[in-house]
Amino acid sequence: MADAKTNTEDYLQMYRQMVRIRTFEDNANQLYLDAKMPGLTHMYSGEEAVAVGICEALKVTDKITSTHRGHGHCVAKGAAFKEMFCELLGKEEGYCRGKGGSMHIADQSNGNLGANAIVGGSMGIATGSALRAKMQGSDDVTVCFFGDGATAQGLMYEVMNMAALWKLPVIYACENNGYSEYTKTDEIAAGEITARAEAFGIEAHKVDGQDVLAVNALTTELVQRARNGEGPFFIELDTYRYHGHHVGDINRTYYRTKDEEAEWKAKRDPIKLFGDWLTGEGIASEDELAALGEEVRSEAAEAVAYALEAPYPDGSEVDMHVFLETT
Amino acid sequence: MRSITLSQAVNEAIAEEMRRDETVFLIGEDVAEAGTPFKVTSGLVEEFGTDRVIDTPIAEPGFMGLAVGAAMTGARPIVDLMFGDFLFLVMDQLCNQAAKTHYMSGGKLNVPLVLRTNLGATRRSAAQHSQSLHALVAHIPGLKVAMPSSAYEAKGLMKTAIRDDNPVVIFEDKLMYQDKAEVPEEEFLIPFGEAKVLREGRDVTLIGTSSMRQVCEAAATMLEADGVSAEVIDPRTIAPLDEATILQSVKKTTRAIVVDEGHQNFGTTAEIAARISEKAFYHLDAPVIRMGAMDVPIPFSPALEDLTVPTPEQVAENARRIVAGELIHAL
Ligand SMILES: Cc1ncc(C[n+]2csc(CCOP(=O)(O)OP(=O)(O)O)c2C)c(N)n1
Ligand SMILES: [Mg+2]
Repeated sequence: MADAKTNTEDYLQMYRQMVRIRTFEDNANQLYLDAKMPGLTHMYSGEEAVAVGICEALKVTDKITSTHRGHGHCVAKGAAFKEMFCELLGKEEGYCRGKGGSMHIADQSNGNLGANAIVGGSMGIATGSALRAKMQGSDDVTVCFFGDGATAQGLMYEVMNMAALWKLPVIYACENNGYSEYTKTDEIAAGEITARAEAFGIEAHKVDGQDVLAVNALTTELVQRARNGEGPFFIELDTYRYHGHHVGDINRTYYRTKDEEAEWKAKRDPIKLFGDWLTGEGIASEDELAALGEEVRSEAAEAVAYALEAPYPDGSEVDMHVFLETT
Repeated sequence: MRSITLSQAVNEAIAEEMRRDETVFLIGEDVAEAGTPFKVTSGLVEEFGTDRVIDTPIAEPGFMGLAVGAAMTGARPIVDLMFGDFLFLVMDQLCNQAAKTHYMSGGKLNVPLVLRTNLGATRRSAAQHSQSLHALVAHIPGLKVAMPSSAYEAKGLMKTAIRDDNPVVIFEDKLMYQDKAEVPEEEFLIPFGEAKVLREGRDVTLIGTSSMRQVCEAAATMLEADGVSAEVIDPRTIAPLDEATILQSVKKTTRAIVVDEGHQNFGTTAEIAARISEKAFYHLDAPVIRMGAMDVPIPFSPALEDLTVPTPEQVAENARRIVAGELIHAL
């Protein structure tokens, strides 16, 4: 369990999960463009190696907390397309019975404590989950996903302090995609991001978030050490979002050039990089990878078709779940 | 007269006041080049520069605190809080600091700042981006609360807020940013604590704040077809609240329905209904009816979300029933 992925089956599983995230997002974006999805959503495309590299180092009972850009984390932690698309469309069979939608999707059966529409809002939750694991004497680890923009929130510093004092099994995973909304990270973050964790004596690492093997190898090591009581840890993952801040952010040249976007897609696409590596090493052929892609695409198409036809929750559910009714 | 959108109205009000008073500045997330996600502040940074139109990190308690300090030392900051839901992050700086400073200092310090934010559901934005939290701040002594119901009010109230020497929270309705209304080109201000009677009537008074003003107006039109004459009042500010106009109307019509998009329990509707009951009780022919948002977190699914906000049909139905002498809440 402590080893980074090294066999064909594991490699292909990581590849498949990355393709599943990209395919999920392509479909979600299309649902928005076709005016079939209520509201807005934030695409994870381009950042797949982060969620997959990390979640493939976790077991089912390990926990994650996610963000407004959360579909990738959800898929990577083991969620099914059908329930996810149902949730995005506000349908009864969605993970949250349509009550949460894209920004609140949660899948506790796989340890996903939920996306969050408050930037930085999950940092306390992740740290509390780690506290609980420690109290229980379980070896579960919690990974807290958050963006570079979220490092501006004070909550992060309060909880990192406690996590460090109490050696909690939590890994803070900062997805640095260079932007928070329509602003470059350089303009809103003073100093180094990793230095923030180091100030509390938390061991911090920087890794190429487009390289799934590098992400997975590092996380696997840190997860193992966190299980042994050596936590917390901090990882800054250098990555990029391909779409706008949300699906409606189409005209964005005022804050980000088309050349920059094209360059990341051409040279640092995490799926293409890993696919090239797999074929180069002779682990899979191009045809096999293409077939895998087809398989995932038809899985997604089926789930979308299902979700579009699925019923909305009954109106009587509107005041259900405000409290847990214990009988 | 020309018509402009609510978004343009707010933009104009801020620009005019920034031209008039160099101590006014705007601070918040993505307020400069991006002009906020709702494009309300577009163009301001071009005119006033980045010293007065300040983009911040995502650190609401931090920049709220900065604004309090700057206001105590002579500036007039306008804090842009992207969603009303983020009020929960800034509550200490707003309610423990800004609201109490003048009082605690025995009148020696004051905090002339404006917190502009929004309210309103049915944007399919789910529970953390859809709340209408004005009652929460109206509860705190020392804070004024304005709730513009159209572009006209948005401009007049914003200008008054910026010139006020106290902390003011303004809630704009997210769904109204593109709605147009007639707004004079000449300068005007709308004083706080002055309700507006939008429509005169005999049988029932409909009091609607912000987004619910249009709901009440639509209900009044429906009622007219049934021969029920409804008076519609927009309080425009809930702190201070123009009791006199409301009481005068209710004494005439003898019935009142208060409609507001905040949660009904412990809400704005409860406060206004209580004041009517206390001060116009012997003029009433029916209990005062409260209609707020359903007391649930706002759900994402359109099938559920639409059930949580009062509709013109529901307001009209309740009005018909109380005018007919029916009891809405059975004994
Ligand atoms: C407390 C809070 N402030 C502001 C917002 C609005 N908002 C949503 S996402 C976002 C940017 C987040 O940037 P980052 O953390 O880098 O994540 P990314 O979107 O890049 O994945 C902002 C400002 C919010 N949802 N919550
Ligand atoms: Mg970011």
